[in-house]
Amino acid sequence: MTTDLWYDTAAAATLWTNGRPVYDRGDNICVVGAGASGLTAVKNLKEHGFGVDCFERETGVGGAWNWRHDRSPVYASTHLISSKPFTQYPDFPMPDSWPDYPHHSQILAYLERYADHFDLRQHIWFGTEVVEVVAAEDGKWDVTTRGAFGGAERTQRYAGVVIANGHNWSPKLPGYEGLDGFAGQVIHASAYKDAAQLRGRRVLVVGAGNTGCDIAVEAAQQAVHCWHSSRRGYWYAPKYALGRPADQVNDLVLALRLPLRLRQWLFHRTMRMTVGDLTRFGLPRPDHKVYESHPIANSQLVYYVGHGAITPVADIARFHRSAVELADGRMIEPDLVVLATGYLPRFDFIAPEALDIGQDDGSDGPPRLHLHLFSRRHPTLAVVGLLQPDSGLFTLMHWQSVAFARWLRLRQAAPARADAFWGRVRRAPDRRWTDAKVKDSTRHWFEISHTRYLRALQKTLNELAVSQ
Amino acid sequence: MSELRIVRPREWAFPVPAARREVIVATPEADEGRPPVLFVPGFGHGAWAFAEHWLEHTAARGFPAYAMSLRGHGASGTAGKPTMRAYTHDVVQAAASLPRRAVLVGHGASALVVAYALARYPARAGVLLAPVLGGWRDGLGTLGTALLRNPVGTLPAFFGGRLRMRRGQLFSKELPASAATGYVRRLGRPAPRAQWQLLLRRDPEPPVGDPPMLVVGSPADRVVSRSALERAARRYGAAPLLFPGMGHDLMLDARWREPLDAILDWLDKLPG
Repeated sequence: MTTDLWYDTAAAATLWTNGRPVYDRGDNICVVGAGASGLTAVKNLKEHGFGVDCFERETGVGGAWNWRHDRSPVYASTHLISSKPFTQYPDFPMPDSWPDYPHHSQILAYLERYADHFDLRQHIWFGTEVVEVVAAEDGKWDVTTRGAFGGAERTQRYAGVVIANGHNWSPKLPGYEGLDGFAGQVIHASAYKDAAQLRGRRVLVVGAGNTGCDIAVEAAQQAVHCWHSSRRGYWYAPKYALGRPADQVNDLVLALRLPLRLRQWLFHRTMRMTVGDLTRFGLPRPDHKVYESHPIANSQLVYYVGHGAITPVADIARFHRSAVELADGRMIEPDLVVLATGYLPRFDFIAPEALDIGQDDGSDGPPRLHLHLFSRRHPTLAVVGLLQPDSGLFTLMHWQSVAFARWLRLRQAAPARADAFWGRVRRAPDRRWTDAKVKDSTRHWFEISHTRYLRALQKTLNELAVSQ
Repeated sequence: MSELRIVRPREWAFPVPAARREVIVATPEADEGRPPVLFVPGFGHGAWAFAEHWLEHTAARGFPAYAMSLRGHGASGTAGKPTMRAYTHDVVQAAASLPRRAVLVGHGASALVVAYALARYPARAGVLLAPVLGGWRDGLGTLGTALLRNPVGTLPAFFGGRLRMRRGQLFSKELPASAATGYVRRLGRPAPRAQWQLLLRRDPEPPVGDPPMLVVGSPADRVVSRSALERAARRYGAAPLLFPGMGHDLMLDARWREPLDAILDWLDKLPG
């Protein structure tokens, strides 16, 4: 295990590529990003005996959960939508004294404590941005970095790369006819930070994802008027059911291993008996069964619709100078439009082929990775945290990074078994790890059902186990 | 050992209810970067058992030292009907609240609690002190031995009642009788369910993060037999460290300093 700092090796550049020195970091692994996924990758690689260099463009850990960061999507009131048992890392529980659904500032505190507890900061190069990751010979990688606030570029060679740059920071902005000529203010949800931005405004919130629903609820409390536009009807699951966090009830049903149809029936029935008929509130009827779209957990949306503080409206047809025309021909006159239309993943620093990005017809698409984790082109490349689970994410990224660390170790310890595994990964077909067939949309690129996905990951972990 | 299990819907659906937790702390004068040591007293014992001698001595040797009481023990609160899982939760919560990766030290039946906790928290190291790892064989062995030595105090335990220990079962003759009687008077009782689970236990999953393990005990222990000690040590791939002539409660017995110094020496020599 090599843990020497880079300036120790800086003196001796042993390799040259394109007229530039490449500093060889030996068996060390490079992790891109020190957010929730990067931190757990560093921790688990370290635990499996690897030296790790992690590059983070910001000056602190926490990634998206650190509200000080430029790219953080959190707003002042952001709370978890999955309860603690699903959200925490499986080997570092959140304190008992915290609520079921902690606030984003608590998540940041949690990640900072995780970094300190496992002594991860010594591996992280803060204020350092990864500009290029290029495959070199023998499964190695040349990683070029640069100071996020300027500075010279520097290239180092690693035995493996874990990409953990997150997928909720690059806004997905839909194009609308007439948007440029609209006189009101238009912002993406990523620019929404505080409820004060809504005070006294006439607000149109676009999108019924979890963020859109949160902002609509805040607009209901703060704005003069709030319209909430959604393309289709959704299931708005309450955060509590039967006196406990709703996701815990859901997992109780999962633990009983009931068939999907029966679970859907149970869910629909519970929703009808508690929330009631959504069309009565003027919301569109869901055009799909539950589990067929990313779950929305919001107890307050329907409540505020019922109080007249939120007016549900149809999809947007086009913008006019001072009005917005809806798909049903109605005109409304907001002066602030918040586009809660989601985010797209971006991997500017690596060749798209490495991650099999793009469809066969040449159009854009998601990276196509085995288990949303392993590259099928390069055995020493993985992406951690690129998931949209129906539960919390930290548990999943933890096991993803354990799987990758075990894989790297198996490559060293048992090359023959590693070859067999790699053959299967290369040939493994793309699969959806969802219980129900989800709607085809960029929002569902990485949609997974957590139990189904973890069962697959469990199998992989068992395959990759190296007996000690 | 059973396999690592990552799909845990029952654990997620039924989180362990929170309970107030007693943790007694002794910090070294200067932080020299040594790992914190968390002592988990066995069934019936509270944090006081380690606070008596071991805590201060551990701190004096430069290790931040913590002793906790499981729920329903010592000054800890309780919630619902505690089970092994609740005890394990208490240990993992206490460990995760420490500033750095902790060494977990479990005594008696809490060695099993620590074995469960090691599958849920990547400890710096694990130490099992006079471990009662339960199961039919060891559990009944322990109960059988206890029955022979102390039938009146043991019989109720066969029916889920309280196990009343006598001082001869826990301490060597070197410890003054008055001190030993005082300690025995302070003993509480574990939750009946947890006591049953000691017999009908689930095999612990393998420890996460592959921590170094140490098994410490005494051949003169009247609760844990020599063979049970050997089995426990073999399971974790090591030979037991033995301190002849000492009773089950190593941390309270007359020569309490010897096993503790051996454990701390072992910790000092750990690589990395």
